[in-house]
Amino acid sequence: MSEADEVSIRAEARAWLEANWNPDVDLVEWRKKLADTGWGVPTWPKEWYGRGLSAVQGAVVEAEFRRIGAVGVAKTGIRMLAAATLFDHGSQLHKRKFLHRILTGEDIWCQLFSEPGSGSDMAAASTRADLKDGKWIVNGQKLWTTSAQHAQYGLLLARTDWNVPKHRGLSYFIIDMKQPGITVQALAQMNHHASFNQVFFTDAVIEPEFLVGKLGEGWKVATTTLMHERRSAADGISSWGQESGRVGRAYDQERAEIATVMEPYKWYPQRAGRVDLVVERAQATGKNTDPVVRQEIAKLLTLHRTGQWISSRARAAQQMGRTPGPEGSLGKLVASHVARAAANVHTLISGADAMLTGEDSPLNGVIAEILVSTPATSIAGGTDEIQRNIIAERVLGMPKEPGLDADRPFKDVPRNIVS
Amino acid sequence: MKFCFTDEQEQFRTVLRRFFVEKSPATEVRRLMATDTGWERATWKQLNKELGLSAVHIPETYGGQGFGFVELGIVLEEMGRALLCAPYFSSVVLAATAILNAGTEQQKQARLPGIAAGDTIATLAFTEDNGAWDSAGIEMVATPAGGGYRLDGVKSFVLDGHTADLIVVLARQPGSSGDDGLSLFTVAGDAPGLARQLLKTADMTRKQGRLKFQSVQAELLGEAGGAAAPFARTLDQAAACLANEMVGGAEKLRESAVDYAKMRVQFGRSIASFQAIKHKCADMLVDVELAKSAAYYAAEAAAANDPDLPAIASLAKACTADAYMQTAIHTIQIHGGIGFTWDNDSHLWFKRAKSSEVLLGGPHYHRELLMRRWNV
Repeated sequence: MSEADEVSIRAEARAWLEANWNPDVDLVEWRKKLADTGWGVPTWPKEWYGRGLSAVQGAVVEAEFRRIGAVGVAKTGIRMLAAATLFDHGSQLHKRKFLHRILTGEDIWCQLFSEPGSGSDMAAASTRADLKDGKWIVNGQKLWTTSAQHAQYGLLLARTDWNVPKHRGLSYFIIDMKQPGITVQALAQMNHHASFNQVFFTDAVIEPEFLVGKLGEGWKVATTTLMHERRSAADGISSWGQESGRVGRAYDQERAEIATVMEPYKWYPQRAGRVDLVVERAQATGKNTDPVVRQEIAKLLTLHRTGQWISSRARAAQQMGRTPGPEGSLGKLVASHVARAAANVHTLISGADAMLTGEDSPLNGVIAEILVSTPATSIAGGTDEIQRNIIAERVLGMPKEPGLDADRPFKDVPRNIVS
Repeated sequence: MKFCFTDEQEQFRTVLRRFFVEKSPATEVRRLMATDTGWERATWKQLNKELGLSAVHIPETYGGQGFGFVELGIVLEEMGRALLCAPYFSSVVLAATAILNAGTEQQKQARLPGIAAGDTIATLAFTEDNGAWDSAGIEMVATPAGGGYRLDGVKSFVLDGHTADLIVVLARQPGSSGDDGLSLFTVAGDAPGLARQLLKTADMTRKQGRLKFQSVQAELLGEAGGAAAPFARTLDQAAACLANEMVGGAEKLRESAVDYAKMRVQFGRSIASFQAIKHKCADMLVDVELAKSAAYYAAEAAAANDPDLPAIASLAKACTADAYMQTAIHTIQIHGGIGFTWDNDSHLWFKRAKSSEVLLGGPHYHRELLMRRWNV
């Protein structure tokens, strides 16, 4: 982008925002305006609520939004993954029906991929969609579904053909969540939170036009969604929302929207182990004088620091335009090691108090929450074992373990053994 | 803090790696480690004539190349990878750095050009029979005599101590203790009253000597009674260097383990396809990459004169030592029975991992230092 280009885009965005932004506007009305003028998602195509700008130009517009304090389009939850998937694989009808209300925040979306019987092996999904009288009839169960209780629509991966190998029998649908055939139940976790849902389908109905991509190509479409998920995870959810002090109806409405979406993630800092608390806790309890505890603290801080340095190396290499080395693939596994080591150290420091929970536990329950939340780190988003397979196969070039499911019809593949 | 090598530094590494692959294959390592000297002047001369390696971090005013600890770290990483048998750590890392930190201008002018050119092999003698790695363990006494000093006592675990031309010695004033009364001295390798004995080391690629001083004439290096600070600084810089040497060896082992696993077939398939092996290899990669991050950061901290260097050096020493040892253990395990044999090269690096784990203080020692240095 030339400098003149940047100046003119900045000036145009600024003029438009100054003429139109008002903090007391109704959020949905404002976002409709953003969608209709293209200023809300300037990098999207012109025919779909955008202005066809490049990423760099889009960043200039975004900076103007921040400068003036204007609320942007809705970005919470998986709505942007849904939008990205529809851009890649959706029909004109899908884009016309869904994109606008994704941007205004009127519709919340959820992702219906994982199942009780298919965790790490997501392509082994056994929720079925059968075509009856021209409609898809869905039966089965999904799990780990964030925001299912709020969602109007779900991105569903379901099996439409049982006579072909697992990856080839899946199809991808948009399903209306507000229908009698769907029951959503919160799933209680071992740490007293219930961040996710189980979703039960009993003859739930999908109109035929809400198949996304071709029949039997659901795995390919789901891979797109997951690719966008990894990319947006890198952007971080902390960038959502405005500072808390701002006054105005639109701000209040945005804060409420974010609070609803963020509620399930309240315990996530504890899940990572809260290394930041270790030294002050050790000093406050006097455990910093115990040589055994000191060794464990040193190991933890070393792991934590070197983990950060690995990420810094990966970022620096990327900025230098170097071929990515192995250091970019190790973060997830390192985070698990850190969380485990941190839970161990917090236990050492807390001594008998580590048996307590809630307000009887140190720091009004924060320590207890660390101890019962860290096991999620080595499971969620890909278990340590799967991470190791990925590292061994993709970074070290080691061969895959021979599989028993790849070449046979899914109906003949062994499933969970229930006695 | 920089987290990426420059293009020039990467090219330097490439040149070094090629050089060491040619000059220090395992057969050459085995030939040299079987000798009492442990290294050969011809190779050493070539190293310094062609690549100027012993001059890398010595300033140009003292006949050096004037690079810093990052470049020195690269040299050490590549030497550690190749398990090069040479008096580099003793002469360049320990002795030259000690002289840079402690010597007077005149002494630096006199001593450093010889080391930089590779003509003088020097070493630093500080550890004694008690095996302590800090000044608290120093018992050797320096008594003023005539214009100079007389040294009496024993130094042990001295790298290349039996062959060095010049020995930098740490000793104390009679009756002093701890950091007080410490001074550094220089002594010629063939000084009268100095008895040098080669120690039998498990790691045959890095020779150590036990040096007995009886009324040995010594020249004071720097300020009398003021060696504690320059000595401590030398140890921190040396720990950062050793960390870099260790990650070179660790990465080499990790690569050899993965290569072997890919080649080896059992139960009708490559053992690299078994998750038990793959997961071990993935863990090795994580360990080595974490350790590399620590070593590189420590080299940057040394180069930048970072006030946190003492803590970072200890962090890096502990972290890389654990990673190197663990990688060596996994490597032998992945090789199976053959990995335990003399003919297989794994044990050469395994033994270097073990000696490096202990040298300059083991992981527990450095973790405790780290806690003190971070005021925990």
